[in-house]
Amino acid sequence: MDTLGASLSMLGNQGIIIYLLKGVAFTLLISVISVLAGLVWGSILALVRNYCVGGKGVGKVVRRILRFLATAYIEIFRNTPLLLWIFICLVFCPVPKYFSTHQIFGLTTANGSLLFRACIALILFTSSVIAEIVRGGLNGVAFGQFEAAHSQGFNTVQTMWYIILPQAYRNIIPTLLSQVITTIKDSSYLANVAVIELMARTRQMMNSAYMYNGTGTVNVSDVFVMFGAAAVIYFIINFTLSCVVRTMQKRQKKRPAVAVNADT
Amino acid sequence: MSGIFDAAAWAKVWAYRGTFIKGFLTTLETALIGLVLALLLGILFGLMSTSGKKPLKIISRVYVEVVQNTPLLLQLCFLYYALAFSGNSPGIIVTGMISLGIYHGAYVSEVIRAGIEAIPKGQFEAAHSQGFNYPETMYYIILPQSIKLILPPLVNQMSNLIKNTSCLYIVGGSDLISLTYSFVTGATTGGAYAPAYIVSGVLFFIICFPLSTIASSWESSLKQRESRNAQQAKNAEG
Repeated sequence: MDTLGASLSMLGNQGIIIYLLKGVAFTLLISVISVLAGLVWGSILALVRNYCVGGKGVGKVVRRILRFLATAYIEIFRNTPLLLWIFICLVFCPVPKYFSTHQIFGLTTANGSLLFRACIALILFTSSVIAEIVRGGLNGVAFGQFEAAHSQGFNTVQTMWYIILPQAYRNIIPTLLSQVITTIKDSSYLANVAVIELMARTRQMMNSAYMYNGTGTVNVSDVFVMFGAAAVIYFIINFTLSCVVRTMQKRQKKRPAVAVNADT
Repeated sequence: MSGIFDAAAWAKVWAYRGTFIKGFLTTLETALIGLVLALLLGILFGLMSTSGKKPLKIISRVYVEVVQNTPLLLQLCFLYYALAFSGNSPGIIVTGMISLGIYHGAYVSEVIRAGIEAIPKGQFEAAHSQGFNYPETMYYIILPQSIKLILPPLVNQMSNLIKNTSCLYIVGGSDLISLTYSFVTGATTGGAYAPAYIVSGVLFFIICFPLSTIASSWESSLKQRESRNAQQAKNAEG
């Protein structure tokens, strides 16, 4: 039982705790950036996939090509694993010079550019999922809204910006939040390529536990303590978020469908 | 995109095609056994959460929440290292199958719970009053109605499960992604990045794309039918 005590003593080590908490900060940072950037890129993809139809002559061909590209993008990224895209970005993604000359967030320059590449991979991947979420929101907006907007003299861009997108976004907020949970979990795949976020730091601490637990070896109890601590951290973050999602969904169900535009 | 039009790189991938086939088969095998395990766990915990008995419900809830709110990678590492350091490792692939099964079991359990809870309570009461016991009620009354709600998301889970076999890389598995990566970085085989990644991506795509397409078109056709039925019911009333 003394090995368990030795393992637990690692959690009392301030250096280790700070090291892990920095990992938590990176996990959150990576996830929030990915979802926000994914929302922008995903919305564009969703709009193109949903509304690039019709037109005449050359316009029709261009729209068809754009629509095909957006559809292909969404389907390709949705049906291949994230890790593949992380590996691909590791080799092919160009990194701005800034990252090789400046240290960001106290990371080494090597880790800084790894962080950039991995974030790009996560954004590319997440945007395909978010595109489908946004599309679901767009399809949920009644067609009468388009007609009403057009009859009031709005053009297509104005209709989208002022009428359709606000309603669509409002309806998908809970789904987007649960996508944040998924992204926080997905960000652990970064542990495969760099030691930046929580999962990687936990694994590294586990592997070098013999230096800190005072027994000189890595014991089973270290596995339980280190990964257990990481699991508790992930659980607290994600469970809080999923409780928020559930409350929002309940409220949304109670609200009648017309209330979406009743209070604007 | 260096190497994408490089004939030598493509030739190298072709020469080592056995590696990709082996990885592909390992991925499928892992996914298949993981799926069976996920179904068993999912059915067990899904039924527990709809049983109406408080302790069973709580157990199932805890399982689902704990598994769904922690990363698969963490669960896999936990299981793998715990088994390895206690000296009874069953091998990477078996560990992967178990953790994939546990992870997706939670999602399957939620799918089954949602499917069963969508059936009005009156159906259970009616079956009960007709003298059906629990297995009979489930088999003859509930399952035939909820299966159409359960199957589409289940097919989606299959596609996710196949993609998630990539998590085996972190403990040094021999699935498609891991073998691809060791192929492109290997001392004798290295360099052919673009062709190798394309091949690996295409292999995933040809399995996952049909599955996710079937799932989504199935779901939307069900939704359409439902709204049509609702419309008809409304018309009949009015």
